[in-house]
Amino acid sequence: MRIYPPISSRFLRVWQRNLTVYRQSWKISFIPPLLEPLFYLLAFGAGLSGLIGNIHYRGEEISYVRFIAPALVAITVMNSAFFENTYASFVRMYYQKTFDAMMATPLTVEEIITGEILWGATKSVIATAIMMAVISGFGLIRYPEGLLLIPLAFLGGLAFGAAGMVCTAVTPNIELFNLPVFLFITPMFLFSGTFFPIENLPLWAQKTAALLPLTNLVDLSRAFTNGRIDASILSGGGYLAAFASVAFPLAIRTMRRRLIK
Amino acid sequence: MNAVIRAEALRKTFGKLVAVDDLSFSIASGECFGILGPNGAGKTSTIRMVYGFSPLTAGKLRVFGLDVTENPRAVKARIGVCQQENNLDPELTVLQNLLVFARYFDIAAPEAERRSHELLTFMALEHREESRVPDLSGGLLRRLVMARALLNRPELLILDEPTTGLDPQSRHQVWERLEELRADGLSILLTTHNMDEASRLCDRLIIMDGGRLLVEGKPAELVLHHVGRHILEIVDPVDGLAEFLGKRQVQYENIGHRIIISIEDGSDLYREISERFCSGGCAMRMATLEDVFLRLTGRELRE
Repeated sequence: MRIYPPISSRFLRVWQRNLTVYRQSWKISFIPPLLEPLFYLLAFGAGLSGLIGNIHYRGEEISYVRFIAPALVAITVMNSAFFENTYASFVRMYYQKTFDAMMATPLTVEEIITGEILWGATKSVIATAIMMAVISGFGLIRYPEGLLLIPLAFLGGLAFGAAGMVCTAVTPNIELFNLPVFLFITPMFLFSGTFFPIENLPLWAQKTAALLPLTNLVDLSRAFTNGRIDASILSGGGYLAAFASVAFPLAIRTMRRRLIK
Repeated sequence: MNAVIRAEALRKTFGKLVAVDDLSFSIASGECFGILGPNGAGKTSTIRMVYGFSPLTAGKLRVFGLDVTENPRAVKARIGVCQQENNLDPELTVLQNLLVFARYFDIAAPEAERRSHELLTFMALEHREESRVPDLSGGLLRRLVMARALLNRPELLILDEPTTGLDPQSRHQVWERLEELRADGLSILLTTHNMDEASRLCDRLIIMDGGRLLVEGKPAELVLHHVGRHILEIVDPVDGLAEFLGKRQVQYENIGHRIIISIEDGSDLYREISERFCSGGCAMRMATLEDVFLRLTGRELRE
């Protein structure tokens, strides 16, 4: 079916709908991004860093806590958007039939999916802002460069949210989200230079890790928290933008196929 | 051009399955039009095409004189839809559901608030404004969905089985509201397999089966034309009735322990049958749309 124009600013209505629902339970939604970094910093900072000592990263010697704090932000960006646009979007689409109701209004599928992915990215930004407040309390973010984490969270959120939306479009049921989580999210969580430098991996694994979106996100997050603004952020940012600009139209295409019956 | 809907040779297929096949109908402004049919007849597929949810496989479909395929957004802005499921936002209150939905139509917040209160009053829901959706009964949910469908002041209201699963009280409440809306001049398109609903609400209706149109007409005329005025039901008929009817060339339906005959009250035939064959139990009643429906779509179970 031809729809002119396929996308208008009405996608904001979908985003707004999710914000309205979020505000019903924001006090609960605030807790995980508030506590999670605290737990990690305590466990790794107080528990592990005594064993590990300092880390060599890009020719510098930095404390272990300083090494993992930006990775925690990157992981949160990934998880917030990916889980929002998989489990939560799937519940809206499949169980609550929210998309069906929207499709009987002037909204198009393109606007619904755009609004959903934008909301996923917004969740990443909200969680990042809360985490930044906590981590800043430990003096682990250098400002003003650290403020770049906010737009980074949005870009990373778009990339992971759009990827999640593709999964939602193709999964037959909610249990099968275990598959992308187990195959992509968990390995990235562990091997993207998050808890140890990827240089510690064998060469082939390093090369593979460098291709992962989370590796790029972690690098950028480290650059911004430590105030290191150099040419490397261009390649990382370019990578994430490219990833998002492939995943986003793919999400819309696959969702059209799923929703338009 | 006062036809609200003009559908010509609509066709909808899902792979090999033909859901709607060569269906044509039109609805005049202010009319309440029903689509009847057993499960799987293609009712929902048809109205989904009308409200721009499903693309047409073939055919031509104009709503408000606009081609739905070319102008889905413009058409959808002027339609109110009650889908079969109560797809409300369970996390939100009754009022919030309406306010959020109004935004999809770009209705400004103060106006949305005004219309929401007005519609909640109309649907007798004003006392439940702050209730959450999961706390509402089936009847209340339906009324809320109807209120939601009226937010954009539609010129055409589309309802997919509006009273399925409701208790009699809720069902009558829905019917009364729909009658009021119809009296105000709103055009209504509804699907149903409740024959009372169709007889009571619809000015005109079609019965479809297997994706195809079987008959079209006004409810009372369809009954008169296809069944007659009265129905005699004979339970456990004594032997010989079938032969008797065959000899007299009377049309009848034999469904095991029950024989159903279209008949004129007070006719000689009626007197003869009741005297000779009615030992088990005979009941004379008015013919209804249900008789038409069953005669045309058969009695075998669907799905």
